[in-house]
Amino acid sequence: MNLWQFMLENRGELWELTLEHLWLVGASTALAVLIGIPLGILITRWPALNKPVLGSANVIQTIPSLALFGFLLPAPWIGARADRLAILALTLYALLPLIRNTYTGIRNVDPAITEAGRGMGLTDRQILFQVELPLSLSVIIAGVRVAVVISVGLATIAAAIGAGGLGEYIFRGLAMVNDSVIFAGAIPAAIMALLADISLGWLEKRLSPN
Amino acid sequence: MSDSPNSIAIEFRNVSYLLPNGSSLLRDLNLPIRSGETFVLLGRSGSGKTTTLKLINRLLVPSQGEVRVNGRPISEWDVIRLRRSIGYVIQEVGLFPHFDVELNISLIPRAENWPSGRIDSRVRELLQLVGLEPSVASRYPRELSGGQRQRVGVARALAADPAILLMDEPFGALDPITRAELQREFLALQQRLHKTVVFVTHDVREALLLGTRIALMESGHLVAVHTPQEFTRSNDPLVKSYYEAFHTDAEMYLERGPQ
Repeated sequence: MNLWQFMLENRGELWELTLEHLWLVGASTALAVLIGIPLGILITRWPALNKPVLGSANVIQTIPSLALFGFLLPAPWIGARADRLAILALTLYALLPLIRNTYTGIRNVDPAITEAGRGMGLTDRQILFQVELPLSLSVIIAGVRVAVVISVGLATIAAAIGAGGLGEYIFRGLAMVNDSVIFAGAIPAAIMALLADISLGWLEKRLSPN
Repeated sequence: MSDSPNSIAIEFRNVSYLLPNGSSLLRDLNLPIRSGETFVLLGRSGSGKTTTLKLINRLLVPSQGEVRVNGRPISEWDVIRLRRSIGYVIQEVGLFPHFDVELNISLIPRAENWPSGRIDSRVRELLQLVGLEPSVASRYPRELSGGQRQRVGVARALAADPAILLMDEPFGALDPITRAELQREFLALQQRLHKTVVFVTHDVREALLLGTRIALMESGHLVAVHTPQEFTRSNDPLVKSYYEAFHTDAEMYLERGPQ
C-alpha cells in the first residue's frame, strides 16, 4: 500500500491525529508563553534571578524527551492523563527560547530610550508596556517561533506515552516496518512545522521596529 | 510656584554622589539655580555634570545632602509628579522608534490623560514652536534628520509645559551648522518661555552663547560659577584654561593664515 492510498483511506483518523497534534503544540505553547514571558521580564528586573532561571530552563532542555515523559508519569493529576503529561513536558521544553528571547529582547532596547521615558516621568508599567515590550516583540515572536517548531517535532514522541498526535503513525509504522505509515505521520508534522515557521517568521518581520 | 525673577527653582545642599564601590562622582555640591535662568554645567567627560543633572529628576539619588525643587526636598516629591514637571532632553534624543512624531510629543499629555482635542492642538503648537512643519507629525523618528529629531525631543520635553528643563548635551551630536541653528533657536525660544533650564555641555562656545550663568565642574567638584562676562575675564587658572582652549583654535588659524 503506498503512502497516498494509506492517507486517503485513513483520512478521518489522520485528521483526528492532526488535531490532537495541534492541541498538544498549541496548549503547550500557550502555557509556555504565559509562563516564559513574565519570567523573562522578571529576570530583567532582578538580575540575581537571571542565572538560576535561565540555568534551570537550560537543564530541562538537556533531558531526553522520552525520559522527561517518563519522569513526569508519577506526578499527581498530570500523570493521570497522557495528554496533560505531554503538554507539561512540551511546555517545559518551550520555556527556554521564550524566557531567553524575552530577556534579550528587553535588554537590547536602547537604554537612551528607556532612560528618556523614565526621566520624563513614565511609570515602570508604562515603560514596560509602551516601550520595552513593543520594541522587543519581534525578538519574543522569534522565541515563540523556535519553541513551536521544536514542539511540533517533539510532540510526535508524545505518542509513545499514549498522548496521541501524529506520532501515532510514526510509532505504528516503526512497529509494522512500514515506511508509508511512518511518512503518513512524519509528512503532516513536517508541513505543520514549516507553516508555523513561515507564518511566525512573517509576523516577526512585520513587528520588527525598524 | 513663584515666578519672581530671583527665586530659587533648584537647590543643591551639600550633595555628594558616590558609586557603590565608594568612589565619588560628585562631592559636596552647593548650588542654587534661579527661576528662569539658563544655567550651564560645563566640564569635560567625567566631571560630574551629567550626574548633577540626573540628581535633579531623581534618575540618581544623592548619597549625602539633598536636592530641592521649588523649595521642597525632592525626596518628599512623588517621583512621577516630579519628573513630569521637569522636561528632559538628552543627546541621544531617546525618541520612541515605534511611535510617530505626534505620539512621541504627546507622550506625557497622554500619560496625564489630557482630552484628545487639547493634545492635538498642543502638538500643533509645539511643532510650530520648534520650527517643524505640521506634516512631520505623522513621520517616524527614523525618517527624520538629526536636527529634526532633536527638535522633536525638545517639543516632547516641553509638551506638558514644565517650568524646568534639563538638557544633557542636546546639540552635541549634530553637525556644526545644524547645531548653530538650533542654538540660535533655543535662545529665541528661551526669551519667550523663560524656563528654568539646566544645560550640560563640554563646549565652551555653547556655554558662553546660551548660559546666563556657567558652572565649571572638574572631577566631581564645582570649580566656579560665573556669568559669561565674568567667565571670559576670570583669573582662575582652570577657567582661563577653558577659555583659552576655545580661543586658541581661532588664534591658531589666524596665525597660520589662510592657505
